[in-house]
Amino acid sequence: MTNVKNTITMNNNIISTDHLTKIFGKFTAVNAISFEVRKGEIFGFLGANGAGKTTALKMLTGLLMPTSGVATVAGYDVRKNPDQVKRRIGYMSQKFSLYEDLTVRENIRLFGGIYGLKMTEIRSKTTDLLQKLQLEPEADKLVGSLPLGWKQKLAFSVALLHDPQIVFLDEPTSGVDPITRRQFWELIYEAAAEGVTLMVTTHYMDEAEYCDRVSIMVDGKIEALDTPRAMKAGFQATDMDEVFRKLARGE
Amino acid sequence: MLFSNTDSKPSRFLAFVTKEFRHILRDRRTLLILFGMPVAQVLLFGFVLTNEIKNASIAVFDPSKDAASVGLTNKLTSSGYFRIDQNLSSTEELEPAFRSGKIKLAVIFPSDFSKKLQTGDGQLQIIGDASDPNTATTLINYANAIILDYRQQLLAGQSGDVPVIRIETRMRYNPEQKGVFNFVPGVMTLILMLVSAMMTSITIAREKELGTMEVLLVSPLKPIQIILGKTAPYLVLTLINAALVVLLGLTVFGMPLRGSILLLTFECVLYMFVALSLGIFISTRSANQQQAMFMSALGLMMPTMLLSGFIFPRESMPQILQAIGTAIPATWFNTIVKGIMIKGVGLDVLWKESLIMVGMALFFLAISMRNFKDRLE
Repeated sequence: MTNVKNTITMNNNIISTDHLTKIFGKFTAVNAISFEVRKGEIFGFLGANGAGKTTALKMLTGLLMPTSGVATVAGYDVRKNPDQVKRRIGYMSQKFSLYEDLTVRENIRLFGGIYGLKMTEIRSKTTDLLQKLQLEPEADKLVGSLPLGWKQKLAFSVALLHDPQIVFLDEPTSGVDPITRRQFWELIYEAAAEGVTLMVTTHYMDEAEYCDRVSIMVDGKIEALDTPRAMKAGFQATDMDEVFRKLARGE
Repeated sequence: MLFSNTDSKPSRFLAFVTKEFRHILRDRRTLLILFGMPVAQVLLFGFVLTNEIKNASIAVFDPSKDAASVGLTNKLTSSGYFRIDQNLSSTEELEPAFRSGKIKLAVIFPSDFSKKLQTGDGQLQIIGDASDPNTATTLINYANAIILDYRQQLLAGQSGDVPVIRIETRMRYNPEQKGVFNFVPGVMTLILMLVSAMMTSITIAREKELGTMEVLLVSPLKPIQIILGKTAPYLVLTLINAALVVLLGLTVFGMPLRGSILLLTFECVLYMFVALSLGIFISTRSANQQQAMFMSALGLMMPTMLLSGFIFPRESMPQILQAIGTAIPATWFNTIVKGIMIKGVGLDVLWKESLIMVGMALFFLAISMRNFKDRLE
């Protein structure tokens, strides 16, 4: 890793924003944020509730139009080419994102279909996915009958089905027990190792330590952005929780 | 480009619609509302407002006891519609007989009925118990038909003088009568509104509530595809429902279908478009299924039932309610269905109503689409 110039690092950025802003009426939810996310990185997107991280995430996924500023995701401007962006990203919401009244196989087929995969691809991916998650015996059971941890893992795998370049995970581990959370993070690492970029919002500060880089939003602005280690050093904190408290609450 | 079957891309939209059908077919509650309710409602309304009554108890006062009066009485009882409960010996017994509720109808012959018939003065009185107006009308209609038939019979057996029976009918307790052939069109307006609007608003609200709507919106599916995918199955099911209601009306209740089936189908689809767009509109305004259900029940079902003229005649409503009624799609659809089924009229008569419905469909579709886009979370 040598110091390469800007032109090349530009190509390495899978997300880049420049003064991205969202204003609702008189309330500025996201205030001119500018940051980059590198290809293959696990990027933690932190902030207290109401800090603006959900709004920012919605702009990056094409759910909300920015009021001003520019955001490029997977090489496309979210304002001009939201359709191209949508094809190249995966998304897992805070609420459970599969259909509980469909079977495991039907869910995979549905999302494969929605993302325009071919039948043969859907079939082979279904087999791989079931094998990887050891869900073969459950393939034709309703998703609603699976334990929560399995559901989350399945939802994540389905979000990866169409080989997206980036997956946005909006508080994927809320309400999940610690063991399942660990297993879930193993899946995230695995995906990152395969070159997928992951943008994760979380309010578990210990999870922030698992990220390559972390940004912390306060009142619509990104107040800090660095590796967890550098951040802890900069704030003379022992863990991310302390960093967060010093930043967000001004302690 | 041709793909072999195994290598083809299933269309995004088709994949989505398949899923929607699975939701419906797997949810027993939805299925029950979809298919159990229309049948139950038609049968219920049909039998409550039934137009066929058998073996109704009647009283006869016959001071003549001659060939004509006995013949007519026999004809009435042999029709199967009437059964003589009492033979009255004076008209004073009439009131107690009605009051006790034992009889539904009374036939009063004059004295010397046969003779009066010959001179063209065959007067006859039929008295109905209109505390149940629908039954009374029906029974009086039956009696009228039978008497006319009897008159024809007498006519055929005689040459020369035409015997005339003039019938005078009188309604007790409620002299102002309203029609009865209302329920099949009425239930249709109700069912189609219920299935189209309520079910779509609930199913869209459910995706919002569960969080899957976000996932769909992030996917390459366009909002219009999501809306169409969610409503298309209901459009199909509602059409089946409409056919079911019409069929029940025709077979079980002897409802006529004098006009064009094609036109009826077209008008049903038009009405469904109005209802579906109302459903989409409601779903954009409600955060969860309960809200959607409440809003469609109160905002759509109640006015459809009460103000469209289905149960209460619009003519007798206060001006303001009549005015509100004109804004309800069911009011116009009700007139259209009745016109096509009972009167057998076509677009030449119903163009105004149809045009109003087209206008409503476009209007509600436009505002609900705009709302759906604005409210993308």
